[in-house]
Amino acid sequence: MISYQIKTNPTVYDAIVVGSGAGGGMAGYVLANAGLNVLMLEAGPFFDPAKDALQMRWPWESPRRGASTIRPFGDFDAAYGGWELEGEPYTHAAGTSFDWFRARMLGGRTNHWGRISLRMGPDDFKPTDGVTDEWPITYDEVKPYYDRIDRMIGIYGTVEGIRNEPDGIFLKPPKPRLNELYIRRGAERAGVPVIAGRGSVLTEALPGVEGRGTCFYCGQCGRSCRVYGDFSSSSCLVMPAMKTGNLTVIDNAMVREVLTNDEGQATGVSYVDTRDLQEHEVRGKLVILGASACESARLMLNSKSAAHPGGLGNSSGLVGRYLHDSTGASAGGFLPQLLDRKRYNEDGVGSVHIYSPWWADNQKLDFPRGYHIEYGGGMRMPSYGFTDWVANVNHLVPAKDGGQREQGGYGAALKDDYRRFYGASVGMAGRGTALARYDNYCEIDPTRVDKYGIPVLRFHYKWANEEVAQAKHMQETFREILHEMGAIVASPMPGPETSYGLEAPGKIIHEGGTTRMGDNPKKSVLNKWGQAHDCKNVFVVDAGPFVQQGDKNLTWTILALSMRTADYILEQRNKLNIG
Amino acid sequence: MNRRDSIKALGLAAAGGALLLDSCSPKEAKQGATAVGDKLPGVTDSEHERNTKLAEERFFTTHELATIGVLADIIIPADETSGSATDAGVPEFIEFMAKDIPTYQTPMRGGLKWLDVQCQRRYGQVFMQCDNTQQLQMVDEIAYPAKAKPEMAQGVAFFNLLRNLTASGFFTSEMGVKDIGYVGNKPGVWDGVPADVLDAHGFKSAWG
Repeated sequence: MISYQIKTNPTVYDAIVVGSGAGGGMAGYVLANAGLNVLMLEAGPFFDPAKDALQMRWPWESPRRGASTIRPFGDFDAAYGGWELEGEPYTHAAGTSFDWFRARMLGGRTNHWGRISLRMGPDDFKPTDGVTDEWPITYDEVKPYYDRIDRMIGIYGTVEGIRNEPDGIFLKPPKPRLNELYIRRGAERAGVPVIAGRGSVLTEALPGVEGRGTCFYCGQCGRSCRVYGDFSSSSCLVMPAMKTGNLTVIDNAMVREVLTNDEGQATGVSYVDTRDLQEHEVRGKLVILGASACESARLMLNSKSAAHPGGLGNSSGLVGRYLHDSTGASAGGFLPQLLDRKRYNEDGVGSVHIYSPWWADNQKLDFPRGYHIEYGGGMRMPSYGFTDWVANVNHLVPAKDGGQREQGGYGAALKDDYRRFYGASVGMAGRGTALARYDNYCEIDPTRVDKYGIPVLRFHYKWANEEVAQAKHMQETFREILHEMGAIVASPMPGPETSYGLEAPGKIIHEGGTTRMGDNPKKSVLNKWGQAHDCKNVFVVDAGPFVQQGDKNLTWTILALSMRTADYILEQRNKLNIG
Repeated sequence: MNRRDSIKALGLAAAGGALLLDSCSPKEAKQGATAVGDKLPGVTDSEHERNTKLAEERFFTTHELATIGVLADIIIPADETSGSATDAGVPEFIEFMAKDIPTYQTPMRGGLKWLDVQCQRRYGQVFMQCDNTQQLQMVDEIAYPAKAKPEMAQGVAFFNLLRNLTASGFFTSEMGVKDIGYVGNKPGVWDGVPADVLDAHGFKSAWG
């Protein structure tokens, strides 16, 4: 018999945190360490990289050899989920696109991310381009939090003194691979600077931090790390916070609604257990949303009451608005200088060894802001599809005996081509500032629900001229770099018919902006501390509060802002202003 | 924890100076894609159920799979370094992929049929029944995209797909990984490009 009895937990928690990724994990960590009784709800299962990572597995241990049929980044990647989840759809307004990546697991997307850890700079918080919006806070206000995170979590890099690419407190960076030395040489000839990467990987022991191993250079951060040698929220924040005895985690708990009282204050949340579909309610003095920018916006919009008729904290009507991802475009080729190269282990770290911070003068360009470039290639672990390119390009260089090869082929000569070309590829990808626009947004689809009966999101997102112009600039730059390094590029440059290879919104998985912060409650959802203007005991700590991203991958800033919000919560509690 | 402790925590045992993962010893490594085997930690229940179910199903007929085997060994034959595609279990891998990625099914089944019809017209028998010279004559017509006759275009598309699947299957097998010379996936220290390689490529230091 099915009964619709809601189970109510008698405990009133000091804080309920929804989501266990970078934002939720950091808030839970700070508050639990300060002695608060914290409950964390995670929609997916518990995940411990020490036990659950598919690190050090060989391609033949996957029946599809690591193909991306099930997990979008391949069988060994540490994300349970993807752009499509069974029974959890989302929809689009006609003529618009957005691909929404969700990882349902403890630690969320921090288990598989690229560990590229960049600070936003002074000009990212207070832009001077006249187009993009400024934040209510400055770099100097956030800098102490970036510093604390560098010390607490660990990051490698080099001190460069670039104004809008602020230095951190760095561990030693990994040295470049051979193809990266060629890239650096070519890029510098093309006028593009290349510096050491910045990644949250422990290339040496981190003073004062226990329980985490040092990187042993398998290059597989995307699979998550069994010795906790890189940053995942699961291993570095949530599990250490549980050890304080103050943090309780309930997994497989999909939050349905934030509950409020007659005065409009949050009193807790309701959730459904995704395994037995039992409904639950839990009570808390504070509710902290870290479910991811779009999931937190969805939750607020679905939490309607007399006090919050348009959704929790949405008197401005801006929850879901200003949604923005990063731009992304890529190019690649191969280096004839690397054919028949000597074999050795160059796995390195799983984050970037080198990158190009934004360098150009926007006054000479037809788009605001900019992008950075990430580079790849080398003698990587074989996986499904890794040889596909060889038979397309094997005629572009003379054969070993100096003769002319035909494109394609078969047999002993082709088998030898695969060996010959292995490790000779180079790739590069731009990640740039997409503009936060009012007209790009998510809202509740009035007619659709997911398998739990929760109304789903409908997306409205279109790229505009600025993003397309930026992608064109990326492609032209990539061609110059590839040319200067002596690479052969087999594919033609993408043209306007494909927006110059600009990836669809959502594909870069850097979405933010849906609950933007600001000083004016009519023009923002949260104040500058991440606290809802309309509901003083609700906070958002994912990428929702971002006013406008820079070209800096957002995790380090999510961590810094979440830590800052958690500090503010502790201070306000001491003043008895909240919970 | 230092790096030595990291390696200990991974459960790695030193064996004659070389570090091998306990769980990945060659004895346990399975050749061929049909061997889905035990669920690895970190693979979800639904993923494992799907893999097991696909491995139990059959898509290709015996004739189709045998034809794939002959073609795969034409693409990747045995040589002094390693075995052939069938030695590495490539037909079984392709069988799995046709179920895993169903959009491969029609191009593969139809491509094999196209090939048999071509051979029937030219040589009066299906590809498998042709002698080696006839088989290679036929393959020569579809293996070189730039010089293939326009009427062979469907055959070229089929061969491109089969070539990619064969190379993928071979070079991701234990035999193929060894052949191509990937020597990573081992705990160690990365200290930049080795000095002799830097010299050979004209770089002055590890940072170029």
